Amino acid sequence: MPSLAIIILIAFVPILYTFWLSLHSLNLKSPLATSNFIGLSNYILLLKDFRMWRALWQTLCFTVTSVSCELVFGLILALILNMTFKLRGICRASILIPWAIPTVVSALLWTWIFNDQYGVFNDILNKIGIIKVYKSWLGVPSLAFFSIIIAEVWKTTPFVALMLLAGLQMIPKDLYEAARIDGASRLRQFQFITLPLLKPIILVALLFRTLDAFRVFDLIYVMTAGGPGNSTEVLSLYTYKTLFSYLDFGYGCALSFVTFAVAGLISIFYILLLKSEI
Amino acid sequence: MKKTSFLIIMVVILAIISPFIWQVLTSFKLPSEIFIKPIRYLPSQLYLKNYNAIFTSGPPFATYIKNSAIVASGSTLFCVLFGSITAYALTRLKVRANKLIMALFLSVAMFPQIAIVSPLFLLMRKAGLLNTYLGLIIPYTAFNLPLAVWMLTSFFKKLPLEIEEQALIDGCGPLGVLGRIVFPLAAPGIFATSILVFIFAWNEFLFALVFNTRYTMRTVTVGITMFPGLYEIPWGTIFAASTIVTLPLVLIVLLLQRQIISGLTMGAVK
Repeated sequence: MPSLAIIILIAFVPILYTFWLSLHSLNLKSPLATSNFIGLSNYILLLKDFRMWRALWQTLCFTVTSVSCELVFGLILALILNMTFKLRGICRASILIPWAIPTVVSALLWTWIFNDQYGVFNDILNKIGIIKVYKSWLGVPSLAFFSIIIAEVWKTTPFVALMLLAGLQMIPKDLYEAARIDGASRLRQFQFITLPLLKPIILVALLFRTLDAFRVFDLIYVMTAGGPGNSTEVLSLYTYKTLFSYLDFGYGCALSFVTFAVAGLISIFYILLLKSEI
Repeated sequence: MKKTSFLIIMVVILAIISPFIWQVLTSFKLPSEIFIKPIRYLPSQLYLKNYNAIFTSGPPFATYIKNSAIVASGSTLFCVLFGSITAYALTRLKVRANKLIMALFLSVAMFPQIAIVSPLFLLMRKAGLLNTYLGLIIPYTAFNLPLAVWMLTSFFKKLPLEIEEQALIDGCGPLGVLGRIVFPLAAPGIFATSILVFIFAWNEFLFALVFNTRYTMRTVTVGITMFPGLYEIPWGTIFAASTIVTLPLVLIVLLLQRQIISGLTMGAVK
């Protein structure tokens, strides 16, 4: 099985190697670049690192907020697309566009939309009368966070919607028929038929999306590079800077390993949830 | 279907794709139309200089496209090749640890790439693979193989066993069965898998950013973030480049939506 070998070689061995490196002090900036074994010192440093805790907190906030928005919008979109209407095929295809665009491109696009001077977002809000003065969407911490989440939700909701749509289409139609004969309202049909039957797929979609949002990098790297003042810095961005700007490989690997461990915890949580479901 | 709800649906769909339309519109605007207040929504003319500029001046955009094309098709080829052998083995041999292997596979696909980027960087440096095509093809193949195996397995499961048995009886070797019978029969599935892997490889950013830093070896996604601006960011050129990078993907998606959607959602539903 060559595939298994490749995957183990490229994915699992490096994880162990990451952990091994994180037990060393290794800075490529220093001329000798020797690595010394220093045990768990990097991890002790990590516990006291305010920037790491802040990045972890911001990553979790980003993940929870964007994934819940995606779920709500994705479900609405799936319910819409599950109806029969003209041009349904075209509609289904066109919501795939945000999904297919490279994240980097969509990040550039949203950076421009949120531009403080010439951005279309300011213009539209101004015309509707929601804001009076143009805002610097990516220049103020709370607004920057909000803007990034909008960009993320735009890009990833289609995926959630299509997964849920596939789930909706698996639900037998006669269940609804029976419910209607029994006099159940639309809302109650949704509550007692759609939601329970859709639950396993919702969980799978959540698992994929949570892990994917947790490792967010491209979007924030392009839109704010973690700014203003590190207010949108997430774990993978902090790790990237430590590794390739400060060239501190020992500490960077410790950060990497923490990222990996948290992702692992998230997936274990979901797998347990899924198991109890089935 | 009532007319009003149909209208609402169309508005929703339009709102979803409007940022993309905005990108295309901006790419056809004169610089003086881009940096203007209040905003002008439609370009006054079909200004093509932005498209011209990306190929004639500044960074070697055509080279970026070539690099991305080579890396993405290379990864797709390897993924499908290794993926179908593995998937075939998984469906035909009754491996006891089947489910475990699958779970292992899928967990890799959801790995945070940042967790392994540093050791891979050191390994690539040692192997002299930084700034080469292979240096990106190998990790892309590894990260997309799980998806490929997952998709291909469910396609292979649908193939009838009898034909293969017949071929074996007629004196066809196992590789012959794979090449002459399984591949042709599973062609639609292999095609769908290839599209998805290609899109993912084409869109990847972190590995490309870290491993291929040399000017001439950058991929499109990295190159596009590095358009230099003298006084202000050249949005017109950036969006012309973006449109060129996205257009093939948009066409693929519009033409092959059925295959893509079935590939994306297959794992979840079963």
